[in-house]
Amino acid sequence: MSYRNDPYDPKQVALLDQSALDDAVAEAGKAFAAAADLDALAALRHQHLGDRAPVSLARREIGALPPAAKADAGKRVNEARRLIESAFAARSEVLEQERAERVLVEERVDVTVPYDRRPRGARHPLTSLMEQISDLFVAMGYEVAEGPEVELEWTNFDALNIPADHPARGLMDTFHVAAPDGTAEGSGLVLRTHTSPVQARTMLTRTPPIYVVCPGRVYRTDELDATHTPVFHQVEGLVVDKGITMAHLRGTLDHFARAMFGAGARTRWRPHYFPFTEPSAEFDVWFPEHRDGPRWVEWGGCGMVNPRVLRACGIDPEVYSGFAFGMGIERTLMFRNGVSDMRHMVEGDVRFTRAFGVEA
Amino acid sequence: MRVSLSWLREHVQLPADLTPGDLEQALVDLGLEVESVVDLGATVTGSLVVGQVLDIEELTGFKKPIRFCRVDVGAANGTGEPQEIVCGARNFAPGDRVVVILPGGVLPGGFAIGARKTYGRNSNGMICSAMELGLGDDHSGIIVLPADTPARPGDDARAVVGLDDVVVEIEITPDRGYAMSVRGIARELSHALGVPFHDPGLLPAPGATAEPAYPVEVQDTVGCDRFAARMVRGVDPTAPTPGWMQQRLTVAGIRSISLPVDITNYVMLELGQPMHAFDADRLTGPLVVRRATAGEKLTTLDGVTRELVAEDMVICDDSGPISLAAVMGGQTSEVVAGTVNVLFEAAHWDPVMVGRTARRHKLFSEAAKRWERGVDPALPLVAIERAVQLLTTHGGGTAGTEILDLDHVRPNTPVSLPVDLPARRIGVAYPPERVVALLEAVGCTVTTGPDRLAEDPGSVGVAAAAAAGPVDAAATGGGTALVVTPPSWRPDLTDPADLVEEVARLDGYNEVPSVLPVAPPGRGLTAGQRRHRSVARALAEQGYVEVLAYPFVSPELPDLLGLPADDPRRSAVRLANPLADTEPLMRTSLLGPLLGVLKRNLGRGQRDLALYEIGTVFHPRAGAGTPPVMGVDRRPTDAEFAAADATVPDQPRHVAVVLAGDIEPGGWWGAGRAAGWADAVEAARVVLAAAGLSADRVAVRSAGYAPWHPGRCAEILVDGAVVGHAGELHPAVVSSLELPRRTSAMELNLDAVPAAATVPAPDISGFPPALIDVALVVDADTPAADVQRALVDGAGDLLEAVRLFDVYASAQLGEGRKSLAYKLTFRAPDRTLTVEEAVAARDAAVAEAAARLGATLRGA
Repeated sequence: MSYRNDPYDPKQVALLDQSALDDAVAEAGKAFAAAADLDALAALRHQHLGDRAPVSLARREIGALPPAAKADAGKRVNEARRLIESAFAARSEVLEQERAERVLVEERVDVTVPYDRRPRGARHPLTSLMEQISDLFVAMGYEVAEGPEVELEWTNFDALNIPADHPARGLMDTFHVAAPDGTAEGSGLVLRTHTSPVQARTMLTRTPPIYVVCPGRVYRTDELDATHTPVFHQVEGLVVDKGITMAHLRGTLDHFARAMFGAGARTRWRPHYFPFTEPSAEFDVWFPEHRDGPRWVEWGGCGMVNPRVLRACGIDPEVYSGFAFGMGIERTLMFRNGVSDMRHMVEGDVRFTRAFGVEA
Repeated sequence: MRVSLSWLREHVQLPADLTPGDLEQALVDLGLEVESVVDLGATVTGSLVVGQVLDIEELTGFKKPIRFCRVDVGAANGTGEPQEIVCGARNFAPGDRVVVILPGGVLPGGFAIGARKTYGRNSNGMICSAMELGLGDDHSGIIVLPADTPARPGDDARAVVGLDDVVVEIEITPDRGYAMSVRGIARELSHALGVPFHDPGLLPAPGATAEPAYPVEVQDTVGCDRFAARMVRGVDPTAPTPGWMQQRLTVAGIRSISLPVDITNYVMLELGQPMHAFDADRLTGPLVVRRATAGEKLTTLDGVTRELVAEDMVICDDSGPISLAAVMGGQTSEVVAGTVNVLFEAAHWDPVMVGRTARRHKLFSEAAKRWERGVDPALPLVAIERAVQLLTTHGGGTAGTEILDLDHVRPNTPVSLPVDLPARRIGVAYPPERVVALLEAVGCTVTTGPDRLAEDPGSVGVAAAAAAGPVDAAATGGGTALVVTPPSWRPDLTDPADLVEEVARLDGYNEVPSVLPVAPPGRGLTAGQRRHRSVARALAEQGYVEVLAYPFVSPELPDLLGLPADDPRRSAVRLANPLADTEPLMRTSLLGPLLGVLKRNLGRGQRDLALYEIGTVFHPRAGAGTPPVMGVDRRPTDAEFAAADATVPDQPRHVAVVLAGDIEPGGWWGAGRAAGWADAVEAARVVLAAAGLSADRVAVRSAGYAPWHPGRCAEILVDGAVVGHAGELHPAVVSSLELPRRTSAMELNLDAVPAAATVPAPDISGFPPALIDVALVVDADTPAADVQRALVDGAGDLLEAVRLFDVYASAQLGEGRKSLAYKLTFRAPDRTLTVEEAVAARDAAVAEAAARLGATLRGA
């Protein structure tokens, strides 16, 4: 400004006139503000900042100025250009923001439409439950033992203190494997009626201490109805060690019950008879979540391994004692999950199984 | 066993205020499983009164004869006028006294009685049968009160018919034969409640006389170690069974037949001793007790003619077998309407023999149920005395003075029990005197023995007992052995463990403390168990639903599946007693049962199904024979057990899937995708990947294997060995099993899949890849797997990945040709590849495919 009255050709420097620069800035600002979208704004860039724009033409004139005026004119032209560019950038930012917001509105979809392109599968709740029980005992240091479903009569019955003519065999209605000649008797093989033969095999092949849990499928000749199935599942536990008492059995079952059914669960024993345990008991569990209200539910059988069983399996009952327990998995699932009909668990209807997902 | 509380009270002084709940708890704590406790008094409400039938008008014209009765119910109806009641039963006559429920009353089951019009008449109440009152199963007619019943019309009928009682139904376990009697249950309740017990087994009974009551010869004293008999002559054949006895039999579910027969049943219920009553005049010659000869025939009381085997025991007279001993009498010698001379028999039979006979003839009579659980051998003379007293009291006649008793019973063997064993086994510190007291409470004789004997059943002889002195409880301590002789009614107490149970049971199981044992460190799941779970989870996450199908299959299944005649899967384990005769075989493949479940779901309206099962299949061992006989007195040797185990069928664990309908459903996004052979093959890859096998160990090869479509069947190999098959089912199989078109399946033998190896960690290069596509033209029947193998082998180490992205055939390519387009990814671990290097590797790959398979570059 201090050079205003310096002597130079006013015609030649008209473009460098401050008011002309101010006009260019104002005009550009007005034009940018009027630009409705980014495309319109881009089209204005050339007009106000391009080669033929007033500020660009003004810059060209600076060379013609006397040296004394050049610095001042350059400063003013640069300032005008800076103002125009920042106006452009500000408007551009506003318009980009507007466009981003408009895209979010325009791209809106209905997220509630179903997209079930890969229907989910499911694990059977009986297998999930058996795994859950197995895991609990594995966490306590037990191992999982398995055995054949077509089993020797010897391991299914004899070794478990159930001689051929014992009425207890009559209690477990047994599928017999036909002998090669087709006769009913004499093949020496049965479909196992319980998972206890796995215990016998474990004792035959391992030396104490033994801590195992035996999940598996078992068979009895019951017709399928709402409460019976000829093919079902059990989990049994077996411990053989020095100094094992019935108190250890109770402690184990109480822990098991709490882990399965919550801190409020506990067990109750009723004396019972099993050939393979002596003393024997059936046990109930206090199940607070029962669909018909809190109550005792019959859960399984247990007892101290009969010394005759230990002896038949090669374990000295003078040195070792043990306990065993077992329960039906179908029965457990029925009361835990409120299954109303045994057939739902055996028919394989996907509507039943899918309800449980991959983790029952 | 069903028994009334009033009967039990005759033998045990139960508290007067004992509630049904207390009774149930006491029985349960003793190990007597209670099926039900019913307070009969609470089951019928309203006016239940004695009525006397005044007259009967027979109504006709209905489907069955109906009676319109006028019944005197005294003042019970408030008017004193006769009550008019319509009745459908016919077993009564005017003058009979019956049981009437008046309008407003409610019978068991909530059956409300009102005044109503029926068969054209007004019926004001009902004349009741025993079943309607919940007193038993007899609905053959209404209750007609015995003539000697001291009751008048209008009296409350509850006490008269026994409805003022409580009925307990108890399930008896196989070891507790003695509890199948009023005697046994009363004894047990005395233990639980600490109240006095009067043993009906102690009834004084005269012993055998020199002259027998009847000539009897027992030829087999193993099968029959005691046989007692006594005669009652001149019985009044018309004498009725007293009402109280009938009621107790009815409660027990036993039908009243005749006084002598009812008495034998009554004594059986009371003492637990099954008996038999012969009509002495229908016997010819002496009785012989012997084994049957094979093929002998006997018509038992149920009217069934049975062919006997040599193991059955029979009682014979000159005519041959007249009774299937211990199980059921025969028709020719039974007491009949005119019987005046009754021969009572009470014996003791071998429980094993009875059990086998009962099972063989499927004849689980009340007697057989008691015999196989064990009957007190000390009872026969007591039972006969009780029966004789009852018969002479209620049926007149004279008891014979001769008493027969052929007694070969051996006393129970004493058991040596270390006095601290109960504490060591149970974890409760029972004092020695407590152990002795509890064992004596159940009837054992307890003396102190010499030093501790082995805990071995049978190792303690009678000599040990003889050497023992009387128990000085104070002197017994740790290490001391008690010599315990069980009472005659406890044949189940043979081992020290049995005695330990008695101590724990009577002291109370719920006194046992809770102590968690600490297991030694475990090794977790085995690799196989982890693999099983991993496979199951992988399939579920792929959309498959797990199924646990019954493994029973029909003999026609192999034909339906189109298995060749020599296919090993035709050799199956056969059940001797299958649930359904149509499905006697165990599956040799998971597919049959799994397809059955598929069809069940289809039948229930499902269309798109993907199912899986992991389970065992069963293959008989060819020529394995039958397992050797092994005892239980010792461990079988390893060789013995191995020989036995070798007869057990091979039972590998398989995994299978079946697919029908769309595997990806259609929707707003577009059309669905039908499941097919490729999904089945992919399921095999999913399984093997989940089993931890790297893809380079897995190969897929075209195969022809039933029940798959020969052009759409893959065999799945791991390390070059076939582990299973996958693909689309054969159209003929789809048709014969009535499955949806294109049903696909996969089955692998998981046990044949080798264990996963430890995975060597790959080196990851950070240098950029070079991507080159190649399209190779080959013969249409060239397996893509072979082309890919050639590319991989030819490309060398620089090849990082190869992916088939297009398969194309056209006339342009020529007949019988196809184009396979691959995307090859090359990368070097240490540098950025030059174009020249990548192209050279590509050329090497193509050259190898050309050399092996005649592949040409498309467009080249």
